[in-house]
Amino acid sequence: MTSKATEEQLLYAKILEKGMLVGLVLLFVTFGLYVFGIMPAAVPLDEIAGYWSQPVHEYLVAINTNFLHWDHLPTGWSWIKLIGKGDFINFIPIAILSGVTIMCYLAIVPGLFKRGDKAYAIMALAEAAILTLAASGLLSVGH
Amino acid sequence: MTKSMLGKIGGIYAALICALTLHPAWALASEAGASNPVPPAGDTAWWVWPLVLLVVTFFMGIVAVLGGVGGGVLYVPIISGFFPFHLDFVRGTGLLVALSGALAAGPGLLKMNMASLRLAIPVALIASTMAIVGAMVGLALPTNVVQILLGATILGIVVIMFTAKKSAIPEVKQADPLSSALRICGIYHEASSGEDINWCVHRTPMGLATFIIIGFMAGMFGLGAGWANVPVLNLMMGAPLKISVATSKFLLSITDTSAAWIYLNKGCVIPMMVVPSLIGIMLGSFVGVRILKVAKPTFIRWMVIAILAFAGVKALTKGLGIDLF
Repeated sequence: MTSKATEEQLLYAKILEKGMLVGLVLLFVTFGLYVFGIMPAAVPLDEIAGYWSQPVHEYLVAINTNFLHWDHLPTGWSWIKLIGKGDFINFIPIAILSGVTIMCYLAIVPGLFKRGDKAYAIMALAEAAILTLAASGLLSVGH
Repeated sequence: MTKSMLGKIGGIYAALICALTLHPAWALASEAGASNPVPPAGDTAWWVWPLVLLVVTFFMGIVAVLGGVGGGVLYVPIISGFFPFHLDFVRGTGLLVALSGALAAGPGLLKMNMASLRLAIPVALIASTMAIVGAMVGLALPTNVVQILLGATILGIVVIMFTAKKSAIPEVKQADPLSSALRICGIYHEASSGEDINWCVHRTPMGLATFIIIGFMAGMFGLGAGWANVPVLNLMMGAPLKISVATSKFLLSITDTSAAWIYLNKGCVIPMMVVPSLIGIMLGSFVGVRILKVAKPTFIRWMVIAILAFAGVKALTKGLGIDLF
């Protein structure tokens, strides 16, 4: 055993770093597009403050009624349909920042199996499955 | 002592959760009790609140670094207590604030071998699963109930910060069978002494069980969980302090990811809140690191405890519908 990080740990760190950098840079870019009015927002900038004090369900009903006019509320991955809007394009970097960990886990699984570290390979797969389930939107509940 | 203290806090917390979730009077309590003190829009220009958020989170970032706490634990009680944003959005943003900090620090900590992936993987599996459950429960409960529980939790954190000790290199006489089987051990280079320190952990089953509660609370309140991770990894499981702090920070990138997805999918993320908060906390953290060289850490730590106590009382009274201050 040495004080150096293992191969899997370094691989995990490398992917995490790249995902984090891409996510953060994109977040600043997309927020700039939104806040400087370069891309029009689904909920106008001067009206958003009227909604953020409400519980999330009421907020979603209100913005859907007033701006989106969909037959369902904009939950789960439905924001993808709105990435042409300045506010919703910000969800791309947020999803990258929230999703990079899944990539990290999947990337280290083959190496763990190769080294016969089955317990950790299974735990890594289980973690990736749990995070994917959370990301899928299947677990959505509310007030 | 820590074990008994954590046990007592856990017991009180569990009793409080039962009382609040099972007693119909609380469930029927008006959401107005948890409503916001500031009119939502009024004549205020749209950019004022994001700007105020940026400034406040900038100072929060400084204080968080100097006080040795994560941004999330300051963010949620303060922003939900004193700003016009609903608690649902504050929790979603709080998780993303904590997540971004962990993502920024994680790669470096892993490369330096200060954060241990072998220690983090089993812990994260439990904590992140429970964070999902916590987020779902937190979003299903009435806001005032969550606000009361948040206040109680913050006051519990104050007690932990007030009483918990730290051990640079705890004595672990023998690794327990589970940690031996999982080979949760390592060597890290202690720069101050120039030594390579061998470390292993004990009481692994108890430590993993504690992360059921920690994960649940992280998801429910969007707090991050460094305040709980470090004492459990360091004092209960016996990991060296530096390994505990680094692994805890890295752990947040996994625990908060799972809960963040629940909030994101539920619609609890408003970019106009998230981005100014992230920028403010990050800039504040950069400045905080520089001030750290000349600041008096004991004073700052007391200041953080006082701020948290104030925010905890505010959250509690707000949830109870009492307009104390």
